[in-house]
Amino acid sequence: MLEIRNLHAAIDGNEILKGINLTVRKGEVHAIMGPNGSGKSTLAKVLAGHPQYEVTAGEVIYEGKNLLEMPPDQRAREGVFMAFQYPIEVPGVSNAQFLRLAYNEKRKHHGEEELDPLEFKDLLKERAKVVEMDASFMSRSVNEGFSGGEKKRNEILQMAVLEPKLAVLDETDSGLDIDALRVVAGGVNQLLTPDNAIIVVTHYQRLLNYIVPHYVHVLAGGRIAREGGKELALELEERGYDWITSVDTSKTGAGAPAI
Amino acid sequence: MSTAELLGKREYKYGFVTDIESDVIPRGLTEDTIRLIAAKKNEPEWMLEFRLKAYRHWLTMTEPKHWPNISYPEIDYQDIIYYSAPKQKPTKASLDEVDPELLRTFEKLGIPLQEQKQLAGVAVDAVFDSVSVATTYKEKLKKHGVIFCSFTEAIREYPDLVKKYLGSVVPTNDNFFAALNSAVFSDGSFVFIPKGVRCPMELSTYFRINNADSGQFERTLIVAEEASHVSYLEGCTAPKFDRNQLHAAVVELVALDDAQIKYSTVQNWYAGDEEGRGGIYNFVTKRGKCQGRNSKISWTQVETGSAITWKYPSCILAGDNSIGEFYSVALTNHAQQADTGTKMIHLGKNTRSTIISKGIAAGNSNNSYRGLVKVMPKAENARNYTQCDSMLIGSHCGANTFPYIEVMNNSSSVEHEASTSKISEEQLFYLQQRGISQEDAVSLIINGFCKDVFLQLPMEFAVEATRLLGLKLEGSVG
Repeated sequence: MLEIRNLHAAIDGNEILKGINLTVRKGEVHAIMGPNGSGKSTLAKVLAGHPQYEVTAGEVIYEGKNLLEMPPDQRAREGVFMAFQYPIEVPGVSNAQFLRLAYNEKRKHHGEEELDPLEFKDLLKERAKVVEMDASFMSRSVNEGFSGGEKKRNEILQMAVLEPKLAVLDETDSGLDIDALRVVAGGVNQLLTPDNAIIVVTHYQRLLNYIVPHYVHVLAGGRIAREGGKELALELEERGYDWITSVDTSKTGAGAPAI
Repeated sequence: MSTAELLGKREYKYGFVTDIESDVIPRGLTEDTIRLIAAKKNEPEWMLEFRLKAYRHWLTMTEPKHWPNISYPEIDYQDIIYYSAPKQKPTKASLDEVDPELLRTFEKLGIPLQEQKQLAGVAVDAVFDSVSVATTYKEKLKKHGVIFCSFTEAIREYPDLVKKYLGSVVPTNDNFFAALNSAVFSDGSFVFIPKGVRCPMELSTYFRINNADSGQFERTLIVAEEASHVSYLEGCTAPKFDRNQLHAAVVELVALDDAQIKYSTVQNWYAGDEEGRGGIYNFVTKRGKCQGRNSKISWTQVETGSAITWKYPSCILAGDNSIGEFYSVALTNHAQQADTGTKMIHLGKNTRSTIISKGIAAGNSNNSYRGLVKVMPKAENARNYTQCDSMLIGSHCGANTFPYIEVMNNSSSVEHEASTSKISEEQLFYLQQRGISQEDAVSLIINGFCKDVFLQLPMEFAVEATRLLGLKLEGSVG
């Protein structure tokens, strides 16, 4: 489904990704781990097409197409979804209005008929169960006044509505208490099918107790420094990142800027 | 694509000129010009006196060039044509006698004047250059006692009402542009809602400037008697010309005890091109007087056009417990300049006012809110709430807020909140990441920003306003 080859990317002239290679197949869950500044979030944003990042080398093939040539909205309509680390507020636009627009854009793209507000309301009610969100969230402005946990649940609700083929979860566990983490991870697990794939970007092993990865990739200095199965995450939890990053002496420590 | 390349992709679709034979008077303004206008309209002597008084006062006044946050070249008042009317029979018994070319013009503008083609529930007065060419649903409204007609007809048919209220809210010497209007106004709309009547349909006037060299000076007067209700809509467009046209209107509203007037405007005059050539100079005085107890006047405006907008729809809250509201969206792009806001003058006890202003600036434009809240000594327990939000798109535009607050008693309260925001790249990226195109994302953010104002608009207008903002901003974020 996804083939990343020798991907280099920079922001404001600073190279952050320095040759990433990664293959993701249908039905797989991949975890991207690594210390702060290793390029984890940059990788997520480059896949989603964030305009601040410049791809300087390499290629990304998604479902046989050149992903890097597509603008971000087209990538989304083709089934690439990113759950944001810091979801953005859109005042005055209701969650339901926003989700219906996004949902219908995707339907139009695939030559399907748009849903009217009533039909969509039924669909939304059904999908909201995945993250245990009640109807009052649908009439509130997108993310405005939401708690940290509500914002993350709202991200997974969007994922549930848009049914992406490839979902990239960027530090979805950050700022979540244990109950919210359970709800969010439970939602993600319900959405995993043999036909889609998930990339989980995280600093901590904690989330991976709930969303169990098939593969773990550890980033350091913009490269994949180590790869393994789910047991690698446990080893990291025990030993920290130092034993991996100290192997790689070429790191520059370029930090991914916060949004 | 850069912002500059994306900007102005969208054509102003109302920019066409109607080729029609017009009765045009020579350029320039003297007492003779005013006598000529009055004669053309067969006006009674008292009307001519009103005009001449205004004119003589105007001669002593100077243009307010210093305090508004706008700049423009000198206007040559002797180079303007003060009367231009399509040639047709002076009185029209029915629409069949209206020049078909005019009917086609309004149809092209989306305002069909044949009643069977119209939106049910909206009566229209169509004003073309200096004159009203048709008013629809007059008969139906008459059955309810509602008078809705051109100003010319009102002077002829209802002189006592006009005499009683004309200039009672905006006196002839009020300001430079109001004085000019009082001297030369040629037509407009007159509305009278009798006691206890709830007007059965929305009333609206559509203004069209066609002649390149004529100004438009229309006058609107709405009187709502005790316990009556009316909702009035106003729309406007003009052809694209390289030169600027002057539009100096006066609108007066009078609400008696328990009466309510809701006045909504979607202003889409031609705004000039990207470099700021052409476009309408819109210098308008709009004021409502809540004369009676428990009366209410509500202004809602969506200002998207004009090269220059100078406009402060205001409320004089004279009656005890009266309510004034001002909801505004002002959008400027390219080289447009807007200095707009309101005045809420609290005179009566327990009077309340609400001001919600949303300014959106894109391109190289400049967008200012200017508002006065004045609470007089006798206005005990008056309340005002003001919220002014500005949104900037791109980095070459400007937004300003100039609030003036004067409170002369200690039982009243005035609240003012202001904010400035930018559409951020992150916000756009977030929406795009959900499959929404950049242009739709901008529209969505802007509509969310303006929601509090759009909620106040009548249904059809809200849809129109939403669409209009989308068009005006299409591609303005690069």
